[in-house]
Amino acid sequence: MADFVQLWVYLSSTPLFGLTATITTYVLAQAVYERLRHTPVANPVLWSVVIIGSVLWLTRTPYPTYFAGAQFVHVMLGPAVVALAWPLYQRAAEVRRRGRALVVAALVGGTAAAGSAVGLAWLLGLPPEVVKSLAPKSVTAPVAMGIAEQLGGVPALAAVFAVLTGLVGALSARYLFTALRVPEWPVRGFALGTASHGIGAARALQVHADAGAYAGLALSLQVLLASILIPLVGRLVP
Amino acid sequence: MNELRGLALLLLLQAIGESLAHALSLPFPGPVIGLILLLPLLRWQGVRESVSAVAEFLLAHLSLLFVPVGVGVITHLDIVAAHGAALLLVIVMSTWIGMATTALLLRWLLRHEANDG
Repeated sequence: MADFVQLWVYLSSTPLFGLTATITTYVLAQAVYERLRHTPVANPVLWSVVIIGSVLWLTRTPYPTYFAGAQFVHVMLGPAVVALAWPLYQRAAEVRRRGRALVVAALVGGTAAAGSAVGLAWLLGLPPEVVKSLAPKSVTAPVAMGIAEQLGGVPALAAVFAVLTGLVGALSARYLFTALRVPEWPVRGFALGTASHGIGAARALQVHADAGAYAGLALSLQVLLASILIPLVGRLVP
Repeated sequence: MNELRGLALLLLLQAIGESLAHALSLPFPGPVIGLILLLPLLRWQGVRESVSAVAEFLLAHLSLLFVPVGVGVITHLDIVAAHGAALLLVIVMSTWIGMATTALLLRWLLRHEANDG
C-alpha cells in the first residue's frame, strides 16, 4: 500500500499524468458514447471533465499539476482554430451562394446569445467580471479566453463558461429543434455551431454530415464575427 | 509528411497572428488572424494537401481539446458555489435563445431566398 501511495505521488507529479489522464479518459468516454449510440447525456467532454475533476478533487491534486501534462492537448486549440479555415474554404461556393443568409443568421444569432447572456447575468446581479466573462461564451474556448481578456473578464472563467455552453447545446439541441419543428439538417447544424461552437459542432458532425459541415461553418463565422464585434461593443459600453 | 508540414504551417500562421495582434495591439486573438491569413493560401494545391490532412484530424477530435480547460472548473468552485443557480440559468437560457434565433431566422432567410430565386 505504501509503495502504491509512493508510486501515485511520483506519477501524479510528472506531466505524464495529466496528458495520460486526459487522453485515456476521453478515449474511454468516447467509447461509451459510441456504445450508447451518441445519446446526448453521454457526451464525452462532459464525462471526461467530471471524471478527471473528481479524481483531482478526491486526491487533492492541484490543477496546475494536472495542467502541466494536459497543456500538451490544450495548446493544440490554437492550430485547431487556424485549421477552421479549411471547412470554410471547402464550403466557399456554398458560402458565396447563401452567404448573406448565413452571415445575417450568424450575426443575429450570435448577438442574441451574447446579448441575452450579458442581460440576464446583469439582471441576476452577477459580479461584473463574471458578466464580462459570459459575453464570449458562444465562441470556441481559446478565442473566448482572448475576448474575455480584452473586455477585462477572467479568461479561465470564460473558457469554463464556453465549455458549459457547448455542453448545454450538445445535450439539448435535439429536443429544442424538435420542439421548434426545424427538421432541416443544415439549419440545425448551423444554429448549433453558432450558439455552441466546437462542442456543438462535434455533436452535429456525429449526428449528420450536412449538420456537421454547417456547424463547422457557423463555428468559423462566429469566431470571426465575435472576435471583431464583442471587443468593439465592449469599448463603447464601459 | 503532409500532416507534419500542415501542422508546421498552422503553428507558423498562429505565431504570425499572435505577433501581429501583439505588435499592432489588434483586438482579435492570434489564431483568428492565423485563420484569416490561411484562407488565401488555400488556393495552392500543396498547401491544401498539407492543411487538409492535419485539419481533418484536429477538427474530428476537437472536443478532446476542451477537456483540459473544462477541468479548470475545479479552480472556480467558489464562484460556482456562490452563483451556481444563476450561472446555470444564464448559460442554459442564452444558449437556447441563441440556437432558436439562429435556426428560425436562417430557415426563414433560406426559404425567402429560394422564393426570390
